[in-house]
Amino acid sequence: MTSSSDVRSLSQATSQPTTQATTQATSRTTSRTGAGLALHGVTLGRPGAPVLDAVDLDVAPGEILTVVGPSGCGKSTLLRTLAGLLPALDGEVSQDGRPLTGPAADRALIFQEDALLPWRTLRANVELPLAIKGLPRAERREQAESWLTRVGLTEQSRQLPHRVSGGQRQRAQLARALAGRPRAVLMDEPFGALDAQTRAGMQDLLVEVLRGTGATVVFVTHDVDEALFLGDRVALLGSGRLTAVRDVPRPRDRTAHDDPARVALRRDVLSSLGS
Amino acid sequence: MTRRPVARRPVTGHPVTRYLLRAASLAAALGLWQLLTSLDVNLWLRFSQFPTVTDVAHAFVDRLSGADYWTDLTDSLTRIVTGFLLAAVLGVATGVLVARSRLAEDTLGPVLEVIRPIPAIALVPVAILLFPSNEQGIVFITCTAAYFPVLVSTRHAVRALTPVWEEAVRTMGGGRWRILGSVVLPGALPGIFGGLSVGIGVSWICVISAEMISGQYGVGYRTWQDYTIVNYPGVFVGMVTIGVLGWLTSTAVELLGRRLTHWLPRTSYVPGARPARRERERGAPVPVPTGSRTKEDAPHDQLV
Repeated sequence: MTSSSDVRSLSQATSQPTTQATTQATSRTTSRTGAGLALHGVTLGRPGAPVLDAVDLDVAPGEILTVVGPSGCGKSTLLRTLAGLLPALDGEVSQDGRPLTGPAADRALIFQEDALLPWRTLRANVELPLAIKGLPRAERREQAESWLTRVGLTEQSRQLPHRVSGGQRQRAQLARALAGRPRAVLMDEPFGALDAQTRAGMQDLLVEVLRGTGATVVFVTHDVDEALFLGDRVALLGSGRLTAVRDVPRPRDRTAHDDPARVALRRDVLSSLGS
Repeated sequence: MTRRPVARRPVTGHPVTRYLLRAASLAAALGLWQLLTSLDVNLWLRFSQFPTVTDVAHAFVDRLSGADYWTDLTDSLTRIVTGFLLAAVLGVATGVLVARSRLAEDTLGPVLEVIRPIPAIALVPVAILLFPSNEQGIVFITCTAAYFPVLVSTRHAVRALTPVWEEAVRTMGGGRWRILGSVVLPGALPGIFGGLSVGIGVSWICVISAEMISGQYGVGYRTWQDYTIVNYPGVFVGMVTIGVLGWLTSTAVELLGRRLTHWLPRTSYVPGARPARRERERGAPVPVPTGSRTKEDAPHDQLV
């Protein structure tokens, strides 16, 4: 499925709107069999001010899809639409074949800015999605502690957000998002405000923590290297469109800079973003 | 508290010094009063008719032994506590409603905005017409007085909430009530307490005025009675009582507010604090007061 959607998106990038009817038809059939997230012929943005047009995108279950594009290209809008916070202006957005009706615990959103509730300790923040699910207090406390341990915040679990560093806050946000056991995690430049070293550590942590959750991830970033490191596939946005979706060679390796396939892909991605 | 050699609190910031300073300020004001009245100073302001501090103190002691004083006190306190609590609940409720619902804003907004400029004390005729007893009328006026500051500050605080807090809870599957309880109310609390602090002050003004006009018992009623029978020391006993009670109740509101909003980030800047001279000469960094440090390091338990 990965390769077919890849071809579809690439063909869409070069084709004119007249051929889109056929590409949509093929993607509809894939969404019926598959799960994960899907956008079909979607226009999104605020009413009267569309940002992205004719987006066709399938995110396979358990896949990490990274989205890159210049600022203002609609990356965040795409994510907010997938989260259900912003209704699509046109087309169909679905999760596991069911159209979205609004935000739900199935799709956790991690914000670039600090979205922890400042009056709750880190643990109480992580407990929040569990409380919404109606878990008894002792159980949610225990689960929250275990998530905080997984992101390396055992010591800080009873601190207020403003007492810990920016990187620790983002880790707590990650723990909070995953604690609700969502089937999809949407991340909006979550490491954008962090310094390079913290950022690399967070990327490793993210891969580590996601392992075994089976969550589908859509990860928005403006950093091409981050996109290529994290993504199973990379979606490129530009000039109001989804221009391409590319497969990324595996396994993940931050140091394999001279791998010809990677070099070529990186050059390719950069040039298509630059144009 | 463990002793830390670096953390020297500057003299002006030490709690004992600050309490002494506050007591001295009150004593100085009383001393000036005593001086002006006992010397019968008659410049442009005339202090010759004014009771001295000792007169007032004697009158106070006399009053304290009588039963009426305590009845007045409890009556006034009952009125203000009832009126203020009603105003707090109603003000927060309508403030949230008006800020969160366009329909409520359009239906309630105009009515509230028209009533808001009317001084609560001007509602005495309304209270007399509406309520079967004076007691209820006074509570109504007290409540109306505190209601609007609470309403307005709640409305502003709710509108100023960071949108991502709400969006985060919505993407966790939280509904309307969850957002209200977990985001809107705790997030607006600092602003709400601003309104409550103003409200308790205005309530005192209005409960006293209302008692003067239509009360039976109550500190305001007694103060006015003393004025009509030319018992000036009695008037001042009333005023001192009002002052102390007002101060106590607003301190209570203030302390409760500080307790409930302890999560607010504080700057490390301490107003007026300077390093002790010895440390300044050594070029040591500005010390952090030990008291606040140990308190902030203590783990915060879940609040909401």
